Amino acid sequence: MKEDIRLLKGNEAIAMAAIRCGCDGYFGYPITPQSEIMETLMAEQPWEDTGMVVLQAESEVAAINMVYGGAGCGKKVMTSSSSPGISLKQEGISYIAGAELPCLIVNVVRGGPGLGTIQPSQADYFQAVKGGGHGDYKLIVLAPNSVQEMADFVDLGFELGFKYRNPVMILSDGIIGQMMERVVLPPQKKRLTEAEIEEKYLWATTGKKNNRKQNVITSLELDSESMEANNLRFQEKYQVMQEEEVRYEEYMSDDADYMLVAFGSCARICHKAVELAREQGIKVGLLRPITLFPFPKKQIAELAENKKGFLTVEMNAGQMVEDVRLAVCGKKPVEFFGRLGGIVPTPDEVLEALKTKVVQ
Amino acid sequence: MDIKEIMKPENQVKAKSKLLTDVPMHYCPGCSHGVVHKLIAEVIEEMGIQENTVAVSPVGCAVFAYNYIDIDWHEAAHGRAPAVATGIKRLQPDKFVFTYQGDGDLAAIGTAETIHACNRGENFTIIFINNGIYGMTGGQMAPTTLEGMKTSTSPQGRDVSMAGFPLKIADMVAPLDGMRYVTRQSVHTPTAVRKAKKAIRKAFENQKDNKGGSLVEIVSTCNAGWKMTPAKANEWLVDNMFPAYPIGDLKNV
Amino acid sequence: MTEELIIAGFGGQGVLSMGKILAYTALMNEKHVSWLPSYGPEMRGGTANVTVILSDEEVSSPVLKRFDTVIALNQPSLTKFEEEVKPGGVLIYDTNGIKNPPSRTDIEIYTIDAAQKASEMGMLKVFNMMVLGAYLEVKPILTLEDVLAGLKKSLPERHHKLLPVNEKALQMGGDMITKL
Repeated sequence: MKEDIRLLKGNEAIAMAAIRCGCDGYFGYPITPQSEIMETLMAEQPWEDTGMVVLQAESEVAAINMVYGGAGCGKKVMTSSSSPGISLKQEGISYIAGAELPCLIVNVVRGGPGLGTIQPSQADYFQAVKGGGHGDYKLIVLAPNSVQEMADFVDLGFELGFKYRNPVMILSDGIIGQMMERVVLPPQKKRLTEAEIEEKYLWATTGKKNNRKQNVITSLELDSESMEANNLRFQEKYQVMQEEEVRYEEYMSDDADYMLVAFGSCARICHKAVELAREQGIKVGLLRPITLFPFPKKQIAELAENKKGFLTVEMNAGQMVEDVRLAVCGKKPVEFFGRLGGIVPTPDEVLEALKTKVVQ
Repeated sequence: MDIKEIMKPENQVKAKSKLLTDVPMHYCPGCSHGVVHKLIAEVIEEMGIQENTVAVSPVGCAVFAYNYIDIDWHEAAHGRAPAVATGIKRLQPDKFVFTYQGDGDLAAIGTAETIHACNRGENFTIIFINNGIYGMTGGQMAPTTLEGMKTSTSPQGRDVSMAGFPLKIADMVAPLDGMRYVTRQSVHTPTAVRKAKKAIRKAFENQKDNKGGSLVEIVSTCNAGWKMTPAKANEWLVDNMFPAYPIGDLKNV
Repeated sequence: MTEELIIAGFGGQGVLSMGKILAYTALMNEKHVSWLPSYGPEMRGGTANVTVILSDEEVSSPVLKRFDTVIALNQPSLTKFEEEVKPGGVLIYDTNGIKNPPSRTDIEIYTIDAAQKASEMGMLKVFNMMVLGAYLEVKPILTLEDVLAGLKKSLPERHHKLLPVNEKALQMGGDMITKL
């Protein structure tokens, strides 16, 4: 089959990929810089074609709870927003994690705190990987660094979500959301039928048939012993994710003396910084975590054995750097360079920081 | 005739709905919830839609409703039931979907979800238990608490100059174009119970022809929260709640 | 080949769509591309710019501070981006409304008079195509035929009647560019 190659914004790619991967429903609320996701879905009218439901909710709070309802039915459902809207969704995300349901949440991050700025940022790293809402839970967090990955991670996100019955977040930012690149769209998958869902997802609220017990989607358990057992089960699941789902990418790390660590759009900027540094004879490589949870701590620990130092580059005040430091565990210096408030670091700035902070 | 003889199924004039489980209800004696649960179970059984029904339980006294009616349930966050139900119904439009919510859940923290689900004409049924008080958390003031009514957070009686006025949510949603059927009922007498059941049945039947939303408000007692005997609470309901929340259809189109 | 370009001007001058046509045409010609706009309220009447990278290799950083080519379509853009042209790089600017011309001597500087011409000839809607034509005259990465083919493919059928005026604009742009 001929490849379906398009020039698309990251946000548009998310929408197109959602339709293609057989997503059943999208519920959202407009916010810059990700409104193109719902706009594209509405323009594409997938309900005419695949039967996918697209609904503009009255708030981010309502949207995530519509996702919660749809996820309970065993459907592939998703929402998207940007930072302030994702804060509003945290209650619902916590419930979805507590009820062990799969769903996909896209955060096209902008600068905060508060209303902040609409410009790109990575300041929601902590919120995404350390919980966000109340209770001990984890999201699987995927950090795309290209429009192609925006498209690819929709399907991957649903796959992981259903594998672990856990919410998955795509943590993107205004750069990846707004930029256009070449993207190969996946072929159209069929949505599951009601019968297929009933057969595959025995927990789903598809209506109580005579041959089974009632299904109840809930995160409530007033008996503390049982609630502790639930929590221990969740933690075991997160441990399995940590062992089996770590994804990362290395660039020029084999002979490198120093390592840059960056995710998402910052990793693209650092990629260029590596090229610039190598032109000047500085042997530097790049590690890009693709999953932010589970975090590639083992790989970073291994690099710490034979590299001289690390520079973590983020569009925030230093969040992922804490996880890098935990992984390096004091063996080598781990420095940080970041820009805040919607300012995007340039490759030259990264190179300069590398020279002044890390290179001996 | 001994007791076993009398209890034979053929001698029973009224049996417990098969959809009601044997789990003892946690509701206080005299509470309206049990009666309304029974009516819903009977309606679902009589309509033969047990296999096609998904219900959304609230946060409030009815949080464990799923323990008592043997159908699929989804437990929502406080106030979010209409949004959760929207997700369920939009993705499974052939299912019968209802939310079961109290006044704090539906008329305070979930007002936005309620109004907008009603305005979109979401084709599901909202069962609204209005007893003018937060029962589960121990009798605090609700948006529907009457003027002068004493609760633990309005111990001198609701002062409308401070706390605003009783919120008449059924009156608010009835004019919305998305709504098809809005009614106020009660379950304090056998006649009222029969009427309430009819209303619930109608609200479920409406889902069949996909015309829009139905809301059945049950003006209820909370004798524990109101600090009255069940019998006294029923009298107080008639004397005080009904003037503020008059029984009858607000919309039926 | 890698071309790192920024196009900057007022919102409404067609800066973003010019970049998009360029990126789309390059994509059709097997190039790797990235198109990164300034976005937000500034799109609506303030200054707008778009970074376009065309390359035979995969594009690393879509965010740049130094460019092979800067196209500045108003004074604020010229002032801001002149210093970001790489030594030996290209600066193209429209002379309309420019009070402070560029002063660098280590770069190639070209001018166009497209805004004035487009206004005189009632061709304001294809002003950006004039600029694109001028750019491709200096940097013949893609041919005008490529661009027209790209336009034809990206425009809906009902707009195909506009292709001749776009072609004319591209040619006019190519003819009007002047090296300082």
